[in-house]
Amino acid sequence: MIKLSTTQLWVHDQDAALEFWTRKIGFEVREDVTVPEMGNFRWLTVGPVGQPDIAVVLMAIPGPPMIDAGTQGEIANLMGKGFAGTLFLTTEDCQASYQELSSRGVEFTEKPEERPYGIDCGFRDPSGNSVRLTQVREMAAL
Amino acid sequence: MVAVPPVRHLLKAKDLADARYVEPITVDDMARAAGLSRAHFSRQFRRAFGESPHQYLLTRRLERAAAMLRSTDRSVADICMLVGLESVGSFTSSFTRTFGESPTAYRRRYPDPMVYARVPTCVLRAYSRPQRSTFGEDAAPTAGLAS
Repeated sequence: MIKLSTTQLWVHDQDAALEFWTRKIGFEVREDVTVPEMGNFRWLTVGPVGQPDIAVVLMAIPGPPMIDAGTQGEIANLMGKGFAGTLFLTTEDCQASYQELSSRGVEFTEKPEERPYGIDCGFRDPSGNSVRLTQVREMAAL
Repeated sequence: MVAVPPVRHLLKAKDLADARYVEPITVDDMARAAGLSRAHFSRQFRRAFGESPHQYLLTRRLERAAAMLRSTDRSVADICMLVGLESVGSFTSSFTRTFGESPTAYRRRYPDPMVYARVPTCVLRAYSRPQRSTFGEDAAPTAGLAS
């Protein structure tokens, strides 16, 4: 059976991302390994409490020789414009999560709203990545 | 500490338009959210997102307005206010420029939402049930019941 274990977000600053995802969103650190012989490459993953088999890599955008400077700039640009991908999270209570995260200073781009699929809101991480937070409605079986 | 890419600040302005277009915000407010002067901001925004901040904010509002014209019976003036625009005259002309017809003409092409809004759901469902007799039950003899 193929399962999803880890997905990846580009971030402009791993320390800022770590602070955001742990202190503000409440994720836990899974792995934080720096490898000196690889130009201090840092493998940094976080994940939701209670879902130990799923993690997100907070990946710094590498430069040469891994990625040429032009491409590195393009990725940073796409990320900063909010077009580098979206993370979809769920919650049991969208309104309560919205209140809690707002009080910790998370900047919401959309307040909780009723949708056919549930109650949904959206915010961004410090790098510009878009995150949706949805209280999924129980759908009648098809 | 690594600096955020400069476009990240422009995204704050775009997010402001998305989150608060129902309020009478302007391009000046967007420029402030990005921390840039108005003229510099407009140029940078266009370079990053391919359209002017004015166009982005306006089309966001017009999309909502069109949806409300289709799905509600609110007046054009109400809808204009509900999408954060203050002048019905300029709303009507930008709507017409964008959709090729006036808000009123646009609405006329869709069924009146009130037709459905006033009818109780149970009635709508009962009367919308497809009329089709497939099993020939009508023709079945009822002699057994009658006797």
